[in-house]
Amino acid sequence: MTGYLTRQMSGFSATYRRELGAYFATPMAYVFLAVFLLALGLFTWEAGRFFDTGVADLQPFFVWHPWLYMIFLPALAMRLWADEKASGTDELLLSLPLGIPGLVLGKLMAAWTVAAAGLLLTLPMWASVNFLGSPDNTAIALAYFVSLLMAGAYLSIGAAVSALTGSQVTSFVISVVIAFVFTAAGWPLVLSTVQSLFGTGFADIVARFSFITQFEGAQRGVLELRAVAYFLGFTATFVFLNCLWASRQRLG
Amino acid sequence: MLEVKALEKSYGSKHAVRGVSFTVEKGTVLGFLGPNGAGKSTTMRMIAGVLEPDSGDALIDGKSIISDRRAAQASLGYLPEGAPLYEDMTPPEFLRFLAEARALPRKSRRDAVDRAIADARILSVSHQRIGDLSKGYRRRVGLAGAILHDPPVLVLDEPTDGLDPNQKRAVRALIARMAPSKAIIISTHTLTEVPAMCHRAVLIDRGRVIADDTPAGLARRSEDGSLESAFSRLTDQVEDETL
Repeated sequence: MTGYLTRQMSGFSATYRRELGAYFATPMAYVFLAVFLLALGLFTWEAGRFFDTGVADLQPFFVWHPWLYMIFLPALAMRLWADEKASGTDELLLSLPLGIPGLVLGKLMAAWTVAAAGLLLTLPMWASVNFLGSPDNTAIALAYFVSLLMAGAYLSIGAAVSALTGSQVTSFVISVVIAFVFTAAGWPLVLSTVQSLFGTGFADIVARFSFITQFEGAQRGVLELRAVAYFLGFTATFVFLNCLWASRQRLG
Repeated sequence: MLEVKALEKSYGSKHAVRGVSFTVEKGTVLGFLGPNGAGKSTTMRMIAGVLEPDSGDALIDGKSIISDRRAAQASLGYLPEGAPLYEDMTPPEFLRFLAEARALPRKSRRDAVDRAIADARILSVSHQRIGDLSKGYRRRVGLAGAILHDPPVLVLDEPTDGLDPNQKRAVRALIARMAPSKAIIISTHTLTEVPAMCHRAVLIDRGRVIADDTPAGLARRSEDGSLESAFSRLTDQVEDETL
């Protein structure tokens, strides 16, 4: 059993290191981090009215996470497999004695690390609410944790679709559409439409599959195991699809 | 060393490879010749484990690419067509990535990388990004990657294609240096380099082996005794038969 797992995961650390290096060897990661932080700041201050709520917490900050992830994380993930295809290096990769799961997870983890770096760089915001008042720090830590899990779920969509389409642009567009469906499903505007069309029961089910709904508890500082399981399960599902779509190439 | 057994592959309705078989012993450089679209690359990709054959098998150092893929791939060095590389890396970074991915013992990784860099003569460009290298150097970096783990079998898809005469000579010299200890298959379009580089030549057309001979033996099959006219005669002949 362990032997089997080791074989499947062979190549994980080599792939992880190479992909992380690739993000930082090109302006990709820096541009991503800069624009992501700028957008997050802009939404938090301008649209979220961070200073006007009169409460020292990070709710106006976390509320934008699903929406920004929906656009930014597919952009981060789109190159993972499409780039290999464009440069022909997928051929090289498949000729190595490696397991596909190790490749898939290595790539996903590299993108996830860049996303985590983005979250890490928002820590000054956490520091400033502590300077301004006395927020519930456990609740904020929890929201950060669930937000990171949610980022993994968004990235897993982008990575899997990148393996499926083999083109960065197509992969980005399709990933954003899928991410939008799973994000907006919890949006009141969409939910009320679904409710009027298919009834309350169905609307509840749709809402349960939404990232926004699953992230709500964490924003209020409540640890819901259901949400943690949802994001991990969602990521696992797309990792599985990613493995399928990446190995499909062997069939020609 | 390398035993290719009745490999078959179709893409949709196109039957690209129809039962290709041959063997290559240690110390032999086999020229893999054929017109464009004859199935050379498809065959080589199947041997490298990149593409799954519809049927047939390839044994690399006795290990099946079908039932024991990873062990077979560990014994094989493969240079894909066009020598694709990670352009954002420097040659040593690229080779270290391959050493780690191939799970070479940690202690011997540095030696393997140093040796491949020396053998492929790419030391002078070690600090440059691969994307900035000339075509000749890129090809040599690709070759360094293929020989990094000192595999008993090498599959090189058009290693000299698109290179200038000096670069070609350098690549040929590298192959000649490695030849005694390995079984090597090389596909090429440049027939003139076959007699100088290869001990044997397999000619394929439309997915089938139509000749398996020494370069000199192959050349004798034409009226004027040149490999080129033998090539066109043998491949044309098949065309006539099917008409």
